Amino acid sequence: MTTQKSVQNTQKPQKQRKAVALISGGLDSLLAAKVVQEQGVHVEGINFFTGFCVEGHTHAIRKKDKDKQKRNNALWVAEQLGIKLHIIDISEEYKDIVLNPKHGYGANLNPCLDCKIFMVNQAQAWAWAEENGFDFIITGEVIGQRPKSQRKETMPIIARESGAEDRLLRPLCAQNLMPTLPEREGWVNREELYDFSGRSRKPQFELAKKFGFEDYAQPAGGCCFLTDANYSKKLADLWDARGERRYELDDIMLLKVGRHIRPKKNFKLIVSREEGENNFLRGYKKQFTSIHTVSHGGPLTLLDGEFNKDDIKLAAQIAARYSGGKHADHVTVQVENYQGSSFVMDIEPMPAEDVKQEWHV
Amino acid sequence: MSTQTLDCRRLLCPMPVIRTQNALKELNDDDILEVICTDPGTLNDIPTWCRINDHQVLSTEEVDNEIIFQIKK
Repeated sequence: MTTQKSVQNTQKPQKQRKAVALISGGLDSLLAAKVVQEQGVHVEGINFFTGFCVEGHTHAIRKKDKDKQKRNNALWVAEQLGIKLHIIDISEEYKDIVLNPKHGYGANLNPCLDCKIFMVNQAQAWAWAEENGFDFIITGEVIGQRPKSQRKETMPIIARESGAEDRLLRPLCAQNLMPTLPEREGWVNREELYDFSGRSRKPQFELAKKFGFEDYAQPAGGCCFLTDANYSKKLADLWDARGERRYELDDIMLLKVGRHIRPKKNFKLIVSREEGENNFLRGYKKQFTSIHTVSHGGPLTLLDGEFNKDDIKLAAQIAARYSGGKHADHVTVQVENYQGSSFVMDIEPMPAEDVKQEWHV
Repeated sequence: MSTQTLDCRRLLCPMPVIRTQNALKELNDDDILEVICTDPGTLNDIPTWCRINDHQVLSTEEVDNEIIFQIKK
């Protein structure tokens, strides 16, 4: 085995090693890739689209967010680093991770440990990476950073179960872990890696400053909707109402949009909150029954589930409560089914106090 | 040299970027890919992706809420 020491002694030039960095778009993966890049390693990035990524979607949908910068943070990170970025759609395969996590969930419906194993495995198994002679994988994990997946005892599980074994390098906390192959072989200098641990973000902020990175993304709970308590509650509600745990990409997109109100177990309303959401929900009119107010300005509402005539009337009364006619005696609504046939009805808007708190998902 | 069209209407980022990436993989160097999008996020994301992956955006056109990119592989 070539040790780091012997390489330093002989001063033999090494061939440039290549590493694939898992890029989420957050600060940690940016720093991890940068640390390795600084050591002369050729780095390229991979970013995975699970369907639950916070990136872009809600900003794209909501008009009130229109003024915010709509950059994709993973792309921004790649550009800062000057590396290529390969984005992989894993939303279909990812369902099994969300529905059946072998290692269980975190605080919400976040299967962080299984997710990380899956992603590293994808990076490892990715034929392109091997064909192009990549030597190892980099992640921005930090011991103790995330309560479910990033603990000292879970680090070996990820390395082992992903199949990456000791070709998985975590530059930000490497000094707290056993030396990996890239360190033992002298591809990277362990002394120039880091020993971050715990939930404090201070060491990362200092390192970012050292590298001159500013304006990086810092989404709370990482870049995934599944770590969000409100989102997880809506997903759990969907499974409960359907009596089975399954979802389609459209379901998880719609959970990001509008007010979700379930007055009865068999159906729920998705009520848009502003013009951007209205436009987005309009794209689903061929898949759902929809309600919109005719006599007054108001939101577009989709009905999800199974419902009878009385249920539609109840839904229309709730929808009217969010329209410009909420204080009117009567509001006229148009109800249209997914095939395009529609009818008009007059209803009394439901008083605000009658929309029960527990209906809000 | 050929030109192909990719329809990414109604898709939200990063899906248009992923579709563009995968479509370009199938093309030869100097071929042109025309991508039609509706998510305004693509105005930033597609040119950024092209820049970092060494592809050239020849033109960006906005017509009736649609964004049309011409990309040279």
